[in-house]
Parts: sequence; structure tokens; C-alpha cells
Amino acid sequence: MTDATLSGMDNAAQRAGADKKALLAADGTPLKQKLARTTRRMKFNAFMLTLPLVLFLLVSFVFPIGEMLVRSVYNPTGSNVVPQFAKAIQDWDENEGIPSEELIEIFVKDLATAAKNREVGKTVGNLATRINYEIPGSRSLFTKTARKVRRLEEGPYKEALFEIDKKWENPNIWRTLKRVTRDYTLSFYLAATDRKFDPDGSIVRADELYQIYLPILWKTIWLSALITALCFIIAYPVSYLLATLPLRTSNLLMIMVLLPFWTSLLVRTSAWIAMLQKEGIINNILVYLGLIGNEHRIQMIYNATGTVIAMVHILLPFMILPLYSVMKTIPPTYMRAARSMGASGTYAFTKVYFPQTIPGIAAGTLLVFILAIGYYITPALVGGNDGLLISNLIAGHIQRSLNWSLAAALGTILLVVVLTLYWVYNRLVGVDNLKFG
Amino acid sequence: MKTLKLLASTAVGAALMVGASAPSFADGHAKELTIVSWGGAYTKSQVEAYHKPYIEKTGTKINSEDYNGGIAEIKAQVEAGNVSWDIVDVELSDAIRACDEGLLETIDHSTLPAGADGTPATEDFIKGTLYDCAVANIVWSTIFAYDSSKISDGPKTMADFFDLKKFPGKRGLRKGAKVNLEFALIADGVAAADVYKILATPEGVDRAFAKLDTIKSDVVWWEAGAQPPQLLADGEVTMTTAYNGRIFNAVAGEGKPFEIVWDGQVWDLDLWVIPKGAKNKDAALDFLKFSTATEQLAKQASWISYGPARKSSASLVGKYHNKDIDMGPQMPTDPSNLTNAVQNNFEFWADNADQLNERFNAWLAK
Repeated sequence: MTDATLSGMDNAAQRAGADKKALLAADGTPLKQKLARTTRRMKFNAFMLTLPLVLFLLVSFVFPIGEMLVRSVYNPTGSNVVPQFAKAIQDWDENEGIPSEELIEIFVKDLATAAKNREVGKTVGNLATRINYEIPGSRSLFTKTARKVRRLEEGPYKEALFEIDKKWENPNIWRTLKRVTRDYTLSFYLAATDRKFDPDGSIVRADELYQIYLPILWKTIWLSALITALCFIIAYPVSYLLATLPLRTSNLLMIMVLLPFWTSLLVRTSAWIAMLQKEGIINNILVYLGLIGNEHRIQMIYNATGTVIAMVHILLPFMILPLYSVMKTIPPTYMRAARSMGASGTYAFTKVYFPQTIPGIAAGTLLVFILAIGYYITPALVGGNDGLLISNLIAGHIQRSLNWSLAAALGTILLVVVLTLYWVYNRLVGVDNLKFG
Repeated sequence: MKTLKLLASTAVGAALMVGASAPSFADGHAKELTIVSWGGAYTKSQVEAYHKPYIEKTGTKINSEDYNGGIAEIKAQVEAGNVSWDIVDVELSDAIRACDEGLLETIDHSTLPAGADGTPATEDFIKGTLYDCAVANIVWSTIFAYDSSKISDGPKTMADFFDLKKFPGKRGLRKGAKVNLEFALIADGVAAADVYKILATPEGVDRAFAKLDTIKSDVVWWEAGAQPPQLLADGEVTMTTAYNGRIFNAVAGEGKPFEIVWDGQVWDLDLWVIPKGAKNKDAALDFLKFSTATEQLAKQASWISYGPARKSSASLVGKYHNKDIDMGPQMPTDPSNLTNAVQNNFEFWADNADQLNERFNAWLAK
């Protein structure tokens, strides 16, 4: 028992002694106790009411994100496929060049066992794929060797291995094996930032021709910022009209904002394809009006322009609605008061009206930016080659190259970017000032 | 008690024997199969040559699904332990990789039916078409084609495909490094036999990308096999790479004026694989045996110009199913089409696909 609780009990005893007429409830227990019990029960009931939501968040949100974080650094392929060797090689000194006969014997025996294994995640193919990320082109070295060592009965194993393929004489293979057979690795984060491990373990930048993730990440941030800015420019006057027009007109306007919002995302994106493509409506009108020649139709889709146009349209309601909800609460009398005291229209707007809309602006920009930075389907459909965002690369690694660890690392980086922005935002504006409507 | 046991075991034994002799009726309940392939004219040829006769023979219900290749879906299904695809038509490099990673059921070659002429299956299948987890059905090829009604004196060589001065206009290419790099090297004057030797060097890869650079701004990228004939028909491109069967079917089936250029073709195999833990594994295996029999492979060749993987089917290949077109000369493996041809090197692509696709994507985004 701590001193604090002891003294607390002393206090209670003293008070009980001093004040014999403590209030009692109907059943004779002290009222204080009874009250505490009731509060506790109510709190428990309240918690039980939120329990479904908590469980839902755990299952659908916390768990998958945790799983992603783990997958980006934890890759036990080495100890799954060649367990004895993975342990043994960690004590090996990399400067030796080639491991000793004993270590190679462990490797060969592990590989021969693995060659018979058909369990997903524990086959030689899994290890070969993992190594191939580090040393491109070494995949077949492992699958081929595994096929041949099954027939190896006795040593010397080192020579037998060299006979199967001369590449085993390269110390870099063994150094990489030592690094790769550890369960935890940073190599996927390095790959996600266009870097890699040198065979000797130092971190170097990838060849410029292979750099893709950082440029696309910057492009994603830049395009998201642009989309957010455009949304703001378009949404501000619209929200102002929504908040100030007479009810009948503003209701009609509101329906025009909400109708596209309720329409399927795919339908809206496809509509933009119909509008913007080379044989599309806008190009046809321009050609018809004689503004451009038939040969010089403008490429407005399947590039970054198409991505920006379609995404601004799709994300616009997320800017309009928070702005509107804030503007609706600003009494028109404030502006009238400012004007009646001699402020010009611009002055009254910038000094009186605009500052009051900042919580709405903050909420809208934050919402649009965060949605934009992780957007997938629209850039995939209309982005062509230069309008692709980081999420499209993540999808590519999930669906095509099957490098899920790299996809997880990229996803984690994206998550960190969003959280950082949220933190910066919180410092600048304060989350309490958010008004989502 | 003893007699009861004896009876039961006899019944089980009998059931097993019946099962062994007539696998298609082994498990009494109505069967279903989900067969996944590449869609369009290709799936159509399989429906006509495999599915319809199989349904007639066994009464199995077949769900036909389309996909665009790759093993991601198989991997996802197997790792999640919820395999809804029973049998999948894949490219060779994908079959090898998926098998290496334990995603597929192994297939015992000795259980495959013998050829119509009695040759055992292991000898009847063309060399290099049987693998631990995969059985080839067809030989297909990536070629390039043009619309002969729009270009009178058409291109003849792979170099012409990359020649924007001689043949101005957009080009269609499959989005990805595979095959495009081979084409680029052949167009740059590399002999077909040396393509993979050169591509294995960093200079060779640079050379291939440099060649692709020369047409990059005029390329329309396609992903599904049904797209290229459509791109040609719409006039979106003047030439496009494509799977030879798709172009043939646009010509034979729809009367399109397309012309195939066989120079520099890269041919490959399509194979049946069964994802590990497939719900209807036995039925899938039965379908696999049925569809790769001599007669079925030959029948497929009357619907699309892909070469059968069995030697015994070759002599049965005749004319297009409803037109007087000899199918032999339309096949990638016809000697006249093989004068300057490359066989897709699955080992090279299993080794280098990750790295080269990364570079390809970086190149594309620039």
C-alpha cells in the first residue's frame, strides 16, 4: 500500500470520527459510496454501448495497420526456409569471404530439406524471391542449387556447391545471405526510399534509372496540395452562396452539390473520361468551334491533368460541406455592422468574415488533402503514366510484383506523412477548432 | 459387428474402385468448376473446345472467369486459405514461380491420358511443356500487326515497328518490361538467338530502353489481350503488338483487314495450373486431363491460331471452324513463321522481372 492511500484512509477515518452525521442512503450505506458505485455502473454501461465500435475499430483498423507495420520490417523467410543455417550464419565473420565447410554443410542440408517442402512460405522459391530483391538475378541460383543438392549425399559440400554454380564463390552472396536471414530487416524501407544495402552492409542510393518511389511520393504530395488548393478556390464562393442565399435557392444549390456526391465514384470518373478524351465532348466542341484543328486535339486525360480535374470534382463536396457548416453559423449582422461603421467591403470581409471561416477552411483542406494523398481508383483509371500516385505503386506491389513487404513499407511511409501533417496542423490551428459540419 | 465392418470396408473399397475408374462421377454430388483464363477470343476457344464437351460428358457446372495474368490472385487466395479458383491458365514464368513458392498442386504426369495414337503423354507432349505443377495446352506468341487498309506497303520487320519516320503514327505495346525489351533489341539489330545473352548485361538493358525511348512519346499502352485489336480497329494506333490469336480472330471472325508480322515474334506457353487447396481439386484435375487430350487441343486450334502442346494433335489441326482457312500456317510454330523468332526465356524473367519492371515503371513515369 502506498503512503498516499494510507493517508487517504486516515483522512477518511478522521472525517468519519469528526462528523458522525455522515449522510446515509435509504439502505444505510454512506451516500458517497453509493454515488460512486452508481457512477461506476453508468460508466460501465456507457462503455458497453461503445464496445461494438471499439471492437470494430480494433478488427478493421488497428489490427490491419499493425499487421502492415509488422510486415514492413518482419520477414522471417530465412528462418522459415533454412532455420539451422539462419541461426548459424549470424556468428560468421563477414570478412572471412567464404564460410567454413561446417557452415556450408548446414546450408546445403537445410536447402535439401527445404527443397522437399511444399508448404507456402517455407519453400526454396520463397527464399529465392527474397534474395532476388537484394541481388537481382540470383533467383535461379537458389532454385537450381536446391534441385541439385537433394542428390548430394556427403561432403565436401563447399566444392560440391562451387561445382553447381560458380556464383557461390562470390563472398557478396554470403554477406547478403547473412543479412537476409535475420527476421527483422530495414531493406524494404530502403527500397521504398530508393536506397539499398551495399553487399558490405552500407546504405547507398539506388541507380538513378531505378529511382521511382521518392519522385512519385513528392509528386503525390504536390498533386494533393494542388487539388486541395483548387478545391478551396472553387468551394469558398459556392459555400458562401449556400450559406447566404434565400432558403429555396440555396436548397436547390445544395442538391446540386450533393447529387454528384451520392453518385458512384466509378460513374463520375467514367463521365470524365467521356468528357476529356481525345474524341470526347470537350475536344469535339473545340474542334467544332474551330478553336483547334482536328489534328491537334488536346490530351486532357490519361495524364496528370486528367487526375487533377477528376479528383478536384470528386473531392469538392468534402471542402464545401465543412465550409458551409461554419459559414452558416456566422450571423450576417456582423458584416452589416462592419460596413455601417465605415469599413469597405474588402476590409470587412478580410477582417470580420474570413477569420471566422478559418475552422471550416482548416477542416476542409485537411480532409481533402488526406483523402487525396491516398487516392487510388481515379488516378488508376485516368492517370495514364504520369498521373499515377503512390497508392497506385502500392497496389502494383500487392497485385503484380507480389512484394507485399515493400507495399507495407510504402504504406507506412504514407501513413507517417499523413500523421506528420496532422501534427503540424494541430500545432498551427488546433484540432479543437475543427468543424466538419 | 464383424460382418458390419467387413461390409462397410467392402463398400468403401468398391466406392474407391469406382472412383478410380470413373473419376468424373466419383463424388456423387453435382460438381462445379471455376476456370480462369484470359477472356475474349481465347476463352471463347476454350469454351468451345474444352468446356462444352466436358459439360456434356460429366454434367459439371462451369464458371468461367477472366483475368489479365499474374499470380497475385492465386497467392492471395492460397495465403488466405480461401481458394475459389479451381484451375487457371497462366504463362510459363508465372507457373514456375508459383510452383517454386508452393502455391500450386503438383501434377503427376503419368496420369495424363496417352495420345490418340497411343504414345504415352510424357512423350506426346512437346519437350519443355510439362512441369511439376503445370501442363501446357498451347503455344502462343506476341507479334505485331497493322491495318493493311491504312498502310499499303506495310512493315516487314521488327525494325519497321520502331521506325517512326518510315511509318508515322501511334504504336500499341503491352504495359510491362517483358517482351518489349526483347522486341527493342531485335529491332536494334540483335539476332534472335542472342537476345537473352545481351539482355542479361546492364549495357543490353540500357540498349533496349534506349530503343524504346525512340518511340516512347507515341506509345499507347495496353494491358488486356482484347485491347490491341480494338486499338487497331478504332484507328487509335497504326501498329500494335498483340497476341497472335487475337489478331487472327479479328481477321477470321470479324473480317478485319489486319496483317500479322512474324519477324521477331516472341513465343511462349500457356499452361493449366491448380491452386493449392482448390475446393474442387479432383474435378479440376479431371478437367485438366480432359482438356489437354489430343482431340481437345486439336479442336481448340480450329477456333484460335494457337499451337497445340501435343505432337499427336498437330496432324488433326485442320481449318478454321466456319471458314476455309488452313490453320497450320497461322500457328506461331509454323516453320515459315519461325525464321526470326525468340522463345520466351522463363528463367531470365523469373530472375529479372522484379528489377526490370521497377526500371520500366521509373522509365514510364518520367
